[in-house]
Amino acid sequence: MSKPKIATTSMCGCFGCHMSILDIDERILDLIELVDFHKSPVDDIKEFTDRCAVGLIEGGVSNDENVHVLQSFRENCDMLIAVGGCAINGDIPSMRNKVPLRECLDEAYLHGPTVHNPDGLIPNDPEIPLLLDRVYPCNEVVKIDAFLPGCPPSADTIWTALVAVLNGEPLELPYELIKYD
Amino acid sequence: MDESLEQAVSEICDQYNNDPTRLVDVARAVQARLGHVGNAAMDAIAGNLGIHRVEVESCVSFYSFLSTEPKGEVVIRLCDDIIDEMKGSSRVARAFRKELGIDFGETTPDGRISLEWTPCIGMCDQAPAALVNDVVLTWLSSDAARRIVRELREHMDPQKLVHSFGDGNNAHELVRAMVDNNIRKAGPVVLAPVTQGDALHKALSMSPAEVIREVKTARLRGRGGAGFPTGMKWDFTRGSDGDRKYVVCNADEGEPGTFKDRVILTERAELLFEGMVIAGYAVGAETGILYLRGEYAYLRAYLEHVLDDMREKGLLGKGICGRQPFDFDIRIQMGAGSYVCGEETALLSSCEGKRGDPKTRPPFPAQKGYLAQPTVVNNVETLCCAARIFEKGSGWFAEIGPHGSPGTKLLSISGDCSKPGVYELPMGVSLADVLDLCGARDPKAVQIGGASGRMVGEDDFERSVSYDDLATGGALMVFSHKRDILKPVRKFMEFFVEESCGYCTPCRVGNKLLLQCLERIMAGKGVPEDIEYLERLSENIVTASRCGLGQTSPNPIRTSLKSFRVAYEDMVQEPEGALRPSFDLGAALAEAEKIAGRGSTILNE
Repeated sequence: MSKPKIATTSMCGCFGCHMSILDIDERILDLIELVDFHKSPVDDIKEFTDRCAVGLIEGGVSNDENVHVLQSFRENCDMLIAVGGCAINGDIPSMRNKVPLRECLDEAYLHGPTVHNPDGLIPNDPEIPLLLDRVYPCNEVVKIDAFLPGCPPSADTIWTALVAVLNGEPLELPYELIKYD
Repeated sequence: MDESLEQAVSEICDQYNNDPTRLVDVARAVQARLGHVGNAAMDAIAGNLGIHRVEVESCVSFYSFLSTEPKGEVVIRLCDDIIDEMKGSSRVARAFRKELGIDFGETTPDGRISLEWTPCIGMCDQAPAALVNDVVLTWLSSDAARRIVRELREHMDPQKLVHSFGDGNNAHELVRAMVDNNIRKAGPVVLAPVTQGDALHKALSMSPAEVIREVKTARLRGRGGAGFPTGMKWDFTRGSDGDRKYVVCNADEGEPGTFKDRVILTERAELLFEGMVIAGYAVGAETGILYLRGEYAYLRAYLEHVLDDMREKGLLGKGICGRQPFDFDIRIQMGAGSYVCGEETALLSSCEGKRGDPKTRPPFPAQKGYLAQPTVVNNVETLCCAARIFEKGSGWFAEIGPHGSPGTKLLSISGDCSKPGVYELPMGVSLADVLDLCGARDPKAVQIGGASGRMVGEDDFERSVSYDDLATGGALMVFSHKRDILKPVRKFMEFFVEESCGYCTPCRVGNKLLLQCLERIMAGKGVPEDIEYLERLSENIVTASRCGLGQTSPNPIRTSLKSFRVAYEDMVQEPEGALRPSFDLGAALAEAEKIAGRGSTILNE
């Protein structure tokens, strides 16, 4: 029987959660006994070609590409887990939510104190994703099945959750793994 | 700094002996004199009272009747509760907007009239209603709204807008209100005829311990809704150590749909004050405070008059009933528009001149209440019952109603019924009988206990109004079959979002999330799991909130989900695609598309 597949993505996050996934150290060898990585920055597979058991989502939804990615994760994964604060709440990137989009772009590309942009242009290649009006938590865009809080969640938290899910056990993490004060 | 402002503030602060615990009164007086409590005024208050400026600002910004920005000379506050909405407040609102040429939250360009919404002002039986400064206007219509604005523009005197007076003491020269009592049924305890002084004389002929025993024998329980045994509360307070003790009457009747205390204050003020004196005698207090909600300011002059009258008759003040050395006096503390101040510890904060933040319990007010001294906090109706127990005997009282809930209960009934008003009924009366009495029209749901109470359907109509079954502070709103059940629920949640003091996260954020989810469902964009989300989140808020507000605010959702689950289930559906129906991609992208001058590349591939 083939191993279940997992997919991962980092949307509007800092890749810190992916670092935390790698932080499981040598247990990564156990993990690849359990699963095959499918679409993921870990192996650089770009598109879904197979159904996945679990999708791990890092980061919130900030632009049209994020929407597209999240949509494809929802369509191709049996279970989606929002990993980390940005995916769950939007967190740091969502600090822009109180500022109108045009002002954000102005500050970033035209009038920010460290900006050097003699042409005065805001980048606008068709390949560049369009920003949404604000950064959305994943759960506001598609249904999310489980949430792993943390910034980032520790390697132990991710490991324990993944093993539980892949073995079909209930996702009940001990308090120490989801306590952050 | 403006000298006249300095002087005005200084005069006002002097009136209150520059006592920082009277900050709410000071701020109210400054608001009344200057129209707002601006930066300069706040500085001046802080200077005079010897407190930090931030303490003044946190207080002023907390209460909705206080304002840091200038307001109109006259402020029209239209009542925004579900009953008013059902009775046509939106038409009245439209007329006000049009006639004044401003929207809610604005002031006319000449600075004369402001227009605002306000939560329930306790007039649901004569809705729609509004406050114009302190003057209550009832039975509004769009015609009335237009007339009010025209008349105001002529004389700017809200009192002149009252052309006829209500019944009973509403017509008293110190009240002169168009408010009606609408007493539909007077029971034997609170609304029956009373002989002034009888209760007090009898109570004061006993020892304080005997007084408390009498209240315990009557098995009197608090009428505010929680139903704590009154005798036990008095006993705890009497037994607590403190330099001084206090009796506080909670007349901050802010629970939407409740107005029975307003009627008691209008018609049975003497009885209430006697009850306070008896409580003071029992616990060993010399000072009583009546915390009167800001919306009932129109009753203040009359209540002060009753107090004066009682002092003259020797029923209040020094050497009450000629029996030295019992001294007890009562002052009236005005609220300033805050629902959470009905919660007893928040109410005490407010009496102390602070913002109405609830305190952590324990210690309970009986141990450390007003100014950290042992304090009894009782509801208006409770204190009236206590007084009557001495007039008529504890046995008489205990025999009315079922064993666990003796006495009568005043119900404020409004909504879809032909006879809205106040009913004093024996405890234990069935909901069906109540609905019959008030002429309920084709009732589908009853909201019992106000916004924080519960919504019950026909299956529960045979249940009884009592502490052991449907406990209530007294509000009862009737909704007929033609009503959308989710609308009142949304209204109540909007109310809690507005009135949460913001101190603890479960209440401040949780209620907002509940409301958002409910709105999503009502917009037809909900998914089945939203219903579970509402249930889960409600439970979190109830468990984790700091005070009674958050511990009860999810009740409208929880109880309506129990009684009317189908109403929710009918509104939700599984999404067709991966995206949530509530996620509006077009709207989310609109601004970026405008800025870039192109559509999304990746989504259009």
